[in-house]
Parts: sequence; structure tokens; C-alpha cells
Amino acid sequence: MKSSYREALRAGIRDAMQRDPGVFLMGEDVGIYGGSFAVSLGLLEEFGPERIRDTPLSESGFVGAGIGAALGGMRPIVEIMTVNFSLLALDQIVNNAASLLHMSGGQFHVPLVIRMTTGAGRQLGAQHSHSLEGWYAHIPGLRILVPATLEDARGMLWTALEDPDPVLIFEHGSLYNVAGELDDNAGPVDIDTAAIRRPGSDISLITYGGTLPAVLDAAEQLAGEGIDAEVLDLRTLRPLDEATILASVTRTHRAVVVDEGWRSGSISAEISARITENAFYDLDAPVGRVCSAEVPIPYSKHMELAALPSVEQIMAAAREAAGARG
Amino acid sequence: MTDPMSATRSPLDPEHGRHLLLQMLRVRQLEEKCVELYSAVKIRGFLHVYIGEEAVAAGVLETLSPDDAVVATYREHGHALLRGVAAGAILAEMYGYAEGCCRGRGGSMHLFDAATHFYGGNAIVAGGLPLAVGLALADKMAGRSNVTVCFFGEGAVAEGEFHESLNLAALWQLPVLFCCENNLYAMGTALGRSESQTDIALKAAGYEISAWAVDGMDVLAVEEAARRAVDAVRSGGGPHFLELRTYRFRAHSMFDPERYREKAEVVRWQERDPITLLRSSMEAAGQLAEEDWAQLQADAEAEISAAVDFAEAGTLEPVEELTRFVYSERSAP
Repeated sequence: MKSSYREALRAGIRDAMQRDPGVFLMGEDVGIYGGSFAVSLGLLEEFGPERIRDTPLSESGFVGAGIGAALGGMRPIVEIMTVNFSLLALDQIVNNAASLLHMSGGQFHVPLVIRMTTGAGRQLGAQHSHSLEGWYAHIPGLRILVPATLEDARGMLWTALEDPDPVLIFEHGSLYNVAGELDDNAGPVDIDTAAIRRPGSDISLITYGGTLPAVLDAAEQLAGEGIDAEVLDLRTLRPLDEATILASVTRTHRAVVVDEGWRSGSISAEISARITENAFYDLDAPVGRVCSAEVPIPYSKHMELAALPSVEQIMAAAREAAGARG
Repeated sequence: MTDPMSATRSPLDPEHGRHLLLQMLRVRQLEEKCVELYSAVKIRGFLHVYIGEEAVAAGVLETLSPDDAVVATYREHGHALLRGVAAGAILAEMYGYAEGCCRGRGGSMHLFDAATHFYGGNAIVAGGLPLAVGLALADKMAGRSNVTVCFFGEGAVAEGEFHESLNLAALWQLPVLFCCENNLYAMGTALGRSESQTDIALKAAGYEISAWAVDGMDVLAVEEAARRAVDAVRSGGGPHFLELRTYRFRAHSMFDPERYREKAEVVRWQERDPITLLRSSMEAAGQLAEEDWAQLQADAEAEISAAVDFAEAGTLEPVEELTRFVYSERSAP
């Protein structure tokens, strides 16, 4: 069937609500408004206001309430409108959700799922456009998911809800309208492994989430230049599927990491470090990186585009790595 | 809103009075022992003791059922003890031993106990309020008649999470009792130096929550108010709020030189020591003989002394377990 990324997310929420009466969705404007990005449109009519629960603009309050409800045996899905707003709930996410199990000596599990929009590309300016998922991936106790495909948008949620620990799902804003074919039987998917989205033998292009389409585009164009690029979709930023990353790099001997986050202290830095720590002698070139410019994302279109990883930058980085002497 | 203080108090059953005295004595002696053990370098980290405030935990926790949930702060040894966590497990936790209620991972500020629904032990001021709202939300959605009690200090009132949580609880009519332990100082900052409106119960009333200010040094008054509030919450009356006016006799923590208050003020409050207050009134009413008092003290001492022995005999969790419980352990496929 034809589906958009947005519809796939909605199908995943509907599926979870039907499977488990303990599942409920809460967040700002998820109900009557239909979700700020229309993900939950129609679910209020289907499941009622108890389970599609509108909240006040109290990110710390309702994220903390989600943690409490999870401790109390529910399976809450908390929607935060954008990653920038999640900073208002950082105390609850880091000091409580991520820490309670360890701090309590294994007594209190927090089976909470938090969904939020991330990323730039829609001229929303600096307070709605950042990519902080790599930042969250720094935190032990959290699981960080970055669905980039329709299958993952549809299938990651249920698996996340079955996880006894807090899971954050980052939905890139530029993906909501992406449409394609989704299997009628599409259902839960694993949330442990990275996926090879395009096999190739010359270089590993490692990315996730919103930059996957650009990387696939770059890989197709590179093929025309005789560079056979493998595209690896991380899918999960924490814990990282190091085995799949290293296996790919060990085959191709070259790697470029593409990440919409800022370069300094980023998930791309982490991946680059792990490759050099574990596969240094398999490398024929330094690990390359394409990241966002280290600026607050500006509003004007040309400036915003200049700040973000582009197909051209990805291709240039790949050419540079591929051109290095092996 | 009904002021429970205007109601006639029922006469004190002497046995119950002695029970409350014992509860407060248990906390007092545990805390005095903690200070002693801290000075002896057996306990490290930050240590915040509850001496002077015992009537609050003793009075409120007396009114709960076993399935109710409790959320507390970093000054929570007494709450844990009175909720039913063994004194030995509390002390062993502060020793950092595996026999502690959190295997030694939490320490003084992070006591947790699943068996008694004791959800911490939260060292972020106001950080526990949203959790309490969520626990109450789960109870309400699941149709359970439990109550969640959330303790916090008056310093939490300045935090956004206080206001967000009160609003959510009132908006959704959740079964939660907020207990503000107003000891007048947020660490060293007096209430009047941090709040434009110092009437805390009034702030809660602003969220359409029934809120009462109670003499937090009078355990009978605390218990009476808490019982009415808990009954109201349990019977679907929505969230309630108690401002318990109390005082911390000791320093904020072991590192506090107390430059922010006069000795005379401390002495003045010590004249209203909650244990002495109840003891004197019971003695005056002929409800507490000298040997009763001696027995209560001996009982508390015996418990705390056994707890110290338990903690002293504790063992260290193997270092190999450092990364256990960062994530849940899954059964093998």
C-alpha cells in the first residue's frame, strides 16, 4: 500500500494502542489539533481523550508524568513537538528516566517511549531546527532510535514499547511527507541493528535519519563516477551497532560519516573514533565527516541550505576518501 | 475548602500516641546515628538529616495504605524508614554496601524500595513532583484507588516543575497528595528572599487544589490533616496540598556553616521539638509514664543499633557489576 512516513508513524501508534490497553499517547496538541505535524490526526476519535491525551505546554511536567506512569505500570508514548523543546524536559529525561534503574539498584524500570521531531530544512530557524539526537546518545540508560524509512517509522514503536527501558525516537521533520510503498503486513522491526541500505564495495557512507535520502542520492551519482558506495543506515544511535559498522568498513576500507548534528562532540565523532580504534589497520584513508556548519540554523533558505550536509559535500568527501592511496 | 484545623480533634488514644512517639524517635535516632557515622567517615557524599521535621513524615505516612506510592527528596531517610524500609538496609546503603536498599548505588540521597512503593530519594529539587503526577495518572487510568504522596521542600516552589505538576494534577484530577515541608530555608535562602508570595498554600489554591497549612511540629495535627486529605484524594476528590510548617534543627548538610540564620532562631524552634511536644502533652494527660518513655527510647535504640551492626557487616558489590542495570536484563532468547 501507498504510505507516507507520517501515516506509517500513525499506523504504528494505532497498532500499539490496539495491542495494549496500557499504551497511551500524550503531548501538546496530539488530540483535538491532530498533532503539530499531524501524526496523531484521527486517533482522538478512535481512542478517546484518556488515551490520546492533550497536555499543557509543560514539557518537564508531562515528560516526568510519563516516567511516573511508566513506573506505575503503563506504557506511555510521550510526544514532544521538537527536539529543541525537549530541552525543557532534560532534567526528567537525564536525571530520572535514564538514571532510575541503575540508581535504584535494578528495582525501577522506566518503559517509556518519547517521540520528537528533529532536524532542519524547513526554514523554521534556530529554535526549531536542531539535531540533538547525538547529544542524547551520550546518555547511558537511554536507547536512541532514528527511523529513516517507512518500515522503521511503522515498526520501531512497538518494539520500543516492549523495551523495559526509556526509548527516544527522533523523527526528522523533512521525512514526514516522504511517501512510498509499505507492505500491507508491515509490522514491528528490530531496534538493535544498523541496516545496509545500498550495498557497495568501495566506500562506506554511514548515516541515519534525515540525511539518508541525500546519502542514497550521492551514492547513485557516485556510481556514475565509478565509485561503488555502500550506504549504512545506523537506525539506532545508542547502543551503536558497532559490528555492522566495522564489518562494512573492513570490506570497503574507507568511510565517510554523514550527520546533520554539529561536528564537535558529535555522534559522527564517536563513530569515527570507534572505526579508528577497532579497524585502523583496515583503513585505506582517513575517516571523513560531513556535518552541519557550527552555527545556529538560520532562517533564510540559502543560508539554511549552506549550513546543512549537501549531496555535493557528501560526494566530495567520498571522492576524497576514495582517491586516497590504498 | 474545609480547614481541618477547625474540626474538633478526637481524643488521643494513648497507645497510638506512644506509637507516633516511637516513629519520631526511630527517625531521630537514625539521623543522630547518621551524623555520628558521617563524622566517623563511615558515610560519605552529601548527608541531609531530618532532625526537627520528624512529625511531618510520621504524621503523613501513618495515613497511607501499603499499595500507596511515596515520592520524597534527598532528605528522605526518615520517610524511607517510616514507609517500611529496614533501618539496616538504609544504613547499609549509606555505607555503600550491596546489602543497601539500592545495592549501594544510590547513597543517602537516593533511597528506593520497590516493595514499599518508595520512589526515592530525588536529589533534584522539584524533580519528584512530575513523577508523582505520573504515578497518580497510572493509578487513575488503571482504575486503582491508590494515593501517591509527594514530599518536597518549600524551595521546590520556585521551580517550574512545581507549577507544571500542580496544574497537571488539578487539570486531570489525579489522586496525589502534595506535602510541602516548609522548613523556611532552601539550603541557605530564606523563603522571604526567594518568593514574592510566601504563603505557599495560597499558591496551591491558585491551581484550584484544596490546600491547608498545618503546624508541622505537631504530629497529631499533621496526622489529622493528612488523614482527611488522603481520604479525600482516595475517594476521588482530586489532588490535595498540605503546607507543613516545620524547621530543620541541624545544618542543611554536613558542609553547612549556617551563616544564614541566628542561633536564637534555632533555639526558639527547638522549644517546639515535635517529640518533646507530644511527650509533654501525653505526660501532662497522664498517658505516658516514665517507664513508657524509657521503653520507647530503648526500642528505638535497639533497632538502630541492630541496623548499624547490619551495615557494618555489609559487603561491597563486585566491581564486575558496575554496568549492570544501566539497561534492563533481558531473558536469554
